[in-house]
Amino acid sequence: MNALEQLRRSVDRDEVFEFLRPKINVRDLDLTHGTILYLEDVSVSFDGFKAINDLNLYIDAGELRCIIGPNGAGKTTMMDIITGKTRPDTGSVFFGQRIDLLKLSEPEIASNGIGRKFQKPTVFEYHTVFENLELAMEGDKRVWPTLRATLSGEDKDHIDETLTTIGLQEHAQAYAGALSHGQKQWLEIGMLLMQNPLLLLVDEPVAGMTHQEMDRTAELLTSLAGKRSVVVVEHDMDFVRSIARKVTVLHQGSVLAEGSMDDVQNDPKVVEVYLGE
Amino acid sequence: MLIARILKNDRGGQIFLALLLLLSVLVPLLNLGLPKGHALHVSTYTLTLLGKYLTYALLAVSVDLVWGFLGILSLGHGAFFALGGYAMGMYLMRQIGDRGVYGNPDLPDFMVFLNWQELPWFWHGFDMFWFTLIMIVLVPGVLAFVFGWLAFRSRVTGVYLSIITQALTYALMLAFFRNEMGFGGNNGLTDFKDILGFDLQSDATRVGLFLASALALAAGYLACRAIINSRLGRVAIAIRDAEDRTRFIGYRVEHVKLWIFTFSAILAGIAGALYVPQVGIINPGEFSPLNSIELVVWVAVGGRATLYGAVLGAMGVNYAKTWFTAALPDGWLFALGALFILVTVLLPKGIIGLLTRRGARS
Repeated sequence: MNALEQLRRSVDRDEVFEFLRPKINVRDLDLTHGTILYLEDVSVSFDGFKAINDLNLYIDAGELRCIIGPNGAGKTTMMDIITGKTRPDTGSVFFGQRIDLLKLSEPEIASNGIGRKFQKPTVFEYHTVFENLELAMEGDKRVWPTLRATLSGEDKDHIDETLTTIGLQEHAQAYAGALSHGQKQWLEIGMLLMQNPLLLLVDEPVAGMTHQEMDRTAELLTSLAGKRSVVVVEHDMDFVRSIARKVTVLHQGSVLAEGSMDDVQNDPKVVEVYLGE
Repeated sequence: MLIARILKNDRGGQIFLALLLLLSVLVPLLNLGLPKGHALHVSTYTLTLLGKYLTYALLAVSVDLVWGFLGILSLGHGAFFALGGYAMGMYLMRQIGDRGVYGNPDLPDFMVFLNWQELPWFWHGFDMFWFTLIMIVLVPGVLAFVFGWLAFRSRVTGVYLSIITQALTYALMLAFFRNEMGFGGNNGLTDFKDILGFDLQSDATRVGLFLASALALAAGYLACRAIINSRLGRVAIAIRDAEDRTRFIGYRVEHVKLWIFTFSAILAGIAGALYVPQVGIINPGEFSPLNSIELVVWVAVGGRATLYGAVLGAMGVNYAKTWFTAALPDGWLFALGALFILVTVLLPKGIIGLLTRRGARS
């Protein structure tokens, strides 16, 4: 089907050939409509099970959005689609006005400015905290430049700055594997910051954290919004209430409700889904 | 200097290279400088045996680079070793000229025996040493590149990748066993006379080959260490520990794997090319899957992800093998199996892990 489509397009002279179009520069985001991420009519099914069902979601530039929903609502699948890990069956996903995420691979999406923190904290355990941040740092990540890469003074300052932001400066030379669970979560957020993304996808940032750690994480995430857009998927309602301005409730792969935390909590449909939450 | 910079934080590497230097000064001196009956005389047999171990050590280093630091368990690295060996073997065959059993100046003996009239196209050029040198690098390199491109692009990882590397070497073994392939069938290539005009049987040539092996091992070690010290090396370890994460940070994991795998295959090919003139034969048995598995055992025994551990393992296990196959010929495979199980259970970091006991960076 693809080859046929290609053939049809190359005969079709109403539009400019794909290869003649100027390449869109990395980070050349068109945000004229104030929306950084568009998901439209996205559906994906695994073995007949519809994980995402006609999902429509728009994230504004600079927004901090929380996404909640019961287990199996499709929250993680949605993140997989945005970051290129899963390809949807139908629908379109655009980053800004022009970048079609469905055409890019995972590393390309990452270098276009979308960073992701996983549900389970994954840091490089056999690297030091400093090295973890160094690896995540924005820059040319092709093989040869990576082989020749050296750390400039500026890079070091940048890493130190991030270390301060995430509060791990004393652990800079410790192996990431030796950190506590909460510290790993922060390190991962720090790695996201080093990538200098325009959109951060954060999957369950406070799972397994103490209350103190949670407050610090809330502070950290709120401070990030504004300059960047942040999407947080979280189960912990107290945490969501403490940071959220706008909440989206997912249920069975589509949006059930959207609005402020209070609106959402009083929505009878949401109450029904959560049964007594 | 460059070498000093590469070895700055590599204590084991400093010790290893110092020992290697000592060995490559002492052994040739004791071989050439002392008369045969002298108590300290090193026989040419021992010298050649050591030279062979050095090429094994280089092979083990190449495996450790991809297994220890990139997480790719290749069970087919013997194939690249054998291909480098065949390239060198073809050159040595062409050097025989008309001194073969049949005295044919154009065709190697096995081709005369098979009633072939002319040299197959792929044998052309192997009468020139420079061409052979290029092929030693190119043939294993291109095979690894194509194989890696297909495998890594489809994201074949873990045990599945190990199995297809194993299949690769097995398929090559079957192919090289066939007489029609034009590589001497199951007899392989042998009966070599000289290399670059020097008699392969003379002590001086043997010493030269020994030194070339030592030099190749040192250079290969330093190159691998330089890669590991670079940011690319840190990316490789990151891929080993959390492949998906590395991808989401923006690294093209497939490309990193492909280039390091190819580089490692080239090292293995060079090791094979140095191995063949010292043992005097190359046959399809070198492609046997068992060989590739055995060399993974060397690395495991020495201690993976250390590089010098691979050298230690290759030397140690092969010394044991030489001793065993002389004393208890039937016992060797059992000993090897037992060794592998013992190391896996008791010494997950190998002998080096036992020596350092500091939980060094694995």
